[in-house]
Amino acid sequence: MTTDLEKADRNIRRGLAIALVGMAGLAGVYLMAWQYTPDERFQGLAQKIFYIHPPAAYVSEMAFVIAGITSILYLWLKDARLDAFAEASAEVGLVFALVLLTTGPMWAKPIWGAWWTWDARLTFSLIEFLLFAGYFALRSAIRDPAERARYAAVVAIMGMLLVPFIHLTVYLFNTTHPQPVVVKTDRPSLPSEMLRTFLTSFVVFTVMYIGFVTARYGIGARRVAQEVTDAG
Amino acid sequence: MSTLRAALAIAAKDLRIEWRHKTALLTATMFAVLVLLIFVFARDPASVPLAAIAPSVLWVTLALSALVALNRAFLLEREHAALEGILLAPVARQALFWGKWLANLAFVLTVQAVAFPIWILFFNVTLAPALLAVAAVALLAAIGFTAVGTLFSAMAVRTRFAELLLPVLLLPFMIPPLFAASEATVRLLAGRPMGELWGWLRLLALYDLAFLVLANLLFPVVVDE
Repeated sequence: MTTDLEKADRNIRRGLAIALVGMAGLAGVYLMAWQYTPDERFQGLAQKIFYIHPPAAYVSEMAFVIAGITSILYLWLKDARLDAFAEASAEVGLVFALVLLTTGPMWAKPIWGAWWTWDARLTFSLIEFLLFAGYFALRSAIRDPAERARYAAVVAIMGMLLVPFIHLTVYLFNTTHPQPVVVKTDRPSLPSEMLRTFLTSFVVFTVMYIGFVTARYGIGARRVAQEVTDAG
Repeated sequence: MSTLRAALAIAAKDLRIEWRHKTALLTATMFAVLVLLIFVFARDPASVPLAAIAPSVLWVTLALSALVALNRAFLLEREHAALEGILLAPVARQALFWGKWLANLAFVLTVQAVAFPIWILFFNVTLAPALLAVAAVALLAAIGFTAVGTLFSAMAVRTRFAELLLPVLLLPFMIPPLFAASEATVRLLAGRPMGELWGWLRLLALYDLAFLVLANLLFPVVVDE
């Protein structure tokens, strides 16, 4: 059983190392946002959130989708590692969703004039956050690992089908979110310094995701290995 | 035994139990009436006219009483391990889902049928043919979220904190049907043309279809050991 424990510890160490690289990159993004990019004409300093907020949104969305896909695979293959990976990805997604939901109001207060509005994307992010918070509430309420894995997978898969409906529902409200400035059919309409910082931030956030998920996966595996050792 | 007949037998069994005891039905209905009452008192009568909040109150009330109703769906089966008995019967798992869903739908609709006239009375809603359409919208909305509720209550009942967990899991799933139904109700009560309603009705129908299919597919995963 020590091999499983060792493997888990190796994953934790590897994950933390990758996460550290990501965090160093994040410090770099802050520096670039502060020194390298010009101030936006209308939004001023508030616009700097642009280098943190959309990347966090992208990572949390990716994390939830990966959790959903690994949940489907779990029900198919019944491999406990898939469930552990889905759990790790969902938890990291939840953390980045929290970053999303806290950086949003900081920008919204000076620009929209209110900390919170029932804007479509904001509402969408909140509901998705609550959905996956429920996923963890369910996980924590079940003791049997196999049952926990099956039930959690069911919720994640149902959640994947819910997402387009929520999307449709909230967009029937009007959105006041900024329109796309990077991904659109024309050329991106922002200075190259801003674009470069923005894209760097996406890479950095992806690295952080990989680091956190690897470490979290290791922690989950370590718990299981510990339980097995204790029981045996 | 065909799946349909087995499903109907299970639904009939559930409804017969409800009918004999009447406790759950009475409690859920009482609950709906109390929620309606609370809303009347939670508003400032000087600034908010009853008519302005009537559609939202109707849907919050129907949603909350549906949650109460769905909580009991599998509690029945937990006593004396009745669910194991049903699972041993040589019928498809799907039959159990359809049966449970039919019973839940009937139960939720009964509660709604009692709450609806009381809502009309409490909120001074003008009696008009549009109310029949609102009732039809209520049916359309209930079909979808009872499907999700049937699946989730089968899970929640096997966990600790079942009564707490079901609302936390189910409420996010109630948002699309609730929103569509509430928007449709506002337009129906205001006498808007049918053209404005189609979008909402389509959303409800699509939701019903999508979640009936997926909940039915996932149900065996939930009840099988």
